[in-house]
Amino acid sequence: MTAPIVIVGAGQAAASFISRHVTLGSPQPLLLIGEEPHPPYQRPPLSKKYLLGNLARERLFIRPPEWYAEQHVGLRFDTRIDRIDRGKHQVVTDTGEAIDYDKLLLCTGSSARRLPAAMGGDLDGVFTLRSIADIDRRASEFQAGRRLLIIGGGYIGLEAAAVARQLGLEVTLLEMAERILQRVAAAETSAYFRNLHQAHGVDLRESTRLTRLLGEDGKVRGAELESGEIIDADLVLVGIGGSPNIELAQAAGLECDNGILVNSVCQTSDPDIYAAGDCSCFERGGQRIRLESVQNAADQGDLVARHLAGEDVSYTAIPWFWSDQYDCKLQIVGLNQGHNHTVTRPGSSGASLSIWYYRDAELLAIDAINEPKSYAFGRKIIEAGINPSPQLVADPATDLKTLALGR
Amino acid sequence: MGHKKGYITRFLTPIDKRETMAKITWKMEDGSEITAEVKNGLNLMEAATANNVPHIEGECGGCLSCATCHVFVDPEWFAKTGEIDDIEDTMLEMTDVEREDNSRLSCQIIASDALDGLVLYVPEPE
Repeated sequence: MTAPIVIVGAGQAAASFISRHVTLGSPQPLLLIGEEPHPPYQRPPLSKKYLLGNLARERLFIRPPEWYAEQHVGLRFDTRIDRIDRGKHQVVTDTGEAIDYDKLLLCTGSSARRLPAAMGGDLDGVFTLRSIADIDRRASEFQAGRRLLIIGGGYIGLEAAAVARQLGLEVTLLEMAERILQRVAAAETSAYFRNLHQAHGVDLRESTRLTRLLGEDGKVRGAELESGEIIDADLVLVGIGGSPNIELAQAAGLECDNGILVNSVCQTSDPDIYAAGDCSCFERGGQRIRLESVQNAADQGDLVARHLAGEDVSYTAIPWFWSDQYDCKLQIVGLNQGHNHTVTRPGSSGASLSIWYYRDAELLAIDAINEPKSYAFGRKIIEAGINPSPQLVADPATDLKTLALGR
Repeated sequence: MGHKKGYITRFLTPIDKRETMAKITWKMEDGSEITAEVKNGLNLMEAATANNVPHIEGECGGCLSCATCHVFVDPEWFAKTGEIDDIEDTMLEMTDVEREDNSRLSCQIIASDALDGLVLYVPEPE
């Protein structure tokens, strides 16, 4: 009997790989191994609708739990893989069980960074948001009047702040950089979300450093800032970014550098091992990058299935992202890394606008805030390699549809 | 083809037993079709992925950011599927298979008694 294609890590990339494999009618058996007790599920709603209590857990699942068996996909949940034995073509579980693979797909994802214990990171009441379990453990504590302190003004922190305000918590958010979203967005986007959160009553503090969290009997009760100020808190969410889960790959001697290095078909330095999603580091535009997004996970998973089915494919997808905060929808297309100027296009209403990122004359990316036209047509414009001048983009009279579709 | 041809009926577990279901049929370009009973209140992108309808991906989970759940609605049924709002109308411009007058993003169609018997045609991207 042929060994299966083994997929380690049951997230979006795994689900996408399996879906495509099934749709293509590929005959090779699959075995999906995940650490969590759930089939692959959508993570983006965790810090949004799921935290808000507006989405039943079963609606997070990318496919219903029974779907996998119907497609003859083997499933092992609650199973941790400890090592890869490349010589024997096996993965070995933490209980010592060896499982044969023909090809191996690593979809090990990324983990939320934590605050060190020396800063109070292990106090009770301090948490990160990454999994269903993270939310289920904390949801009951998201009650009106409680004080939530958020460390980090990235998307997770901002989305959680929005949910917490909607639920009536008092929210303080600390960002050590000069502005929220500094690493990922232009000053205009940061300013929009700063105003949005302040208007909703978030005590948002930029250029503010945390010295340490303060605890009492092992339970967090607040934070001390570098200025000496003490902020009281019942709950502390740490949203300071993620790091790729590459330990397995590294220990197996696969080439890694901020992720598992892969080629344009997501193949690692071992041709029988692939990596897809948050954990993979790939080349784009002459640079090695790693993306933590649904789009990247889904497209890479899909691509590996096509590649293994013999299709001539390579990874060239244009990244896209989104974030929902209060009633505001942010949609992003492209990657703004390396931009050297931006232009703002006014939106159709006062609460909408889009920020277009350029490197010289080349359009790299767009942040569309309540402005789906800029997102949808902007995506077409970027895909087509059209580089409209900033003047044209900034002019509200310019019709983006015409620009994108030439009609 | 990897997906099952002919009739597959799956009852998504009702959260509330009083809730009713709508019978929805997806027709593929190769002539195969899938019919399922869908619980009222679920959107038809979720229903499609739950029932293994090919080419409906729903990567963004139904938040109008990916346009990967495009369907053509049987013209007889089109009006009953509800209004297309501005965001959906815009996102329909970026579907893989070009939109037509009866195009919808299926994440925006919500199963209800009024849609019992609905027929959707699934476009197949190149």
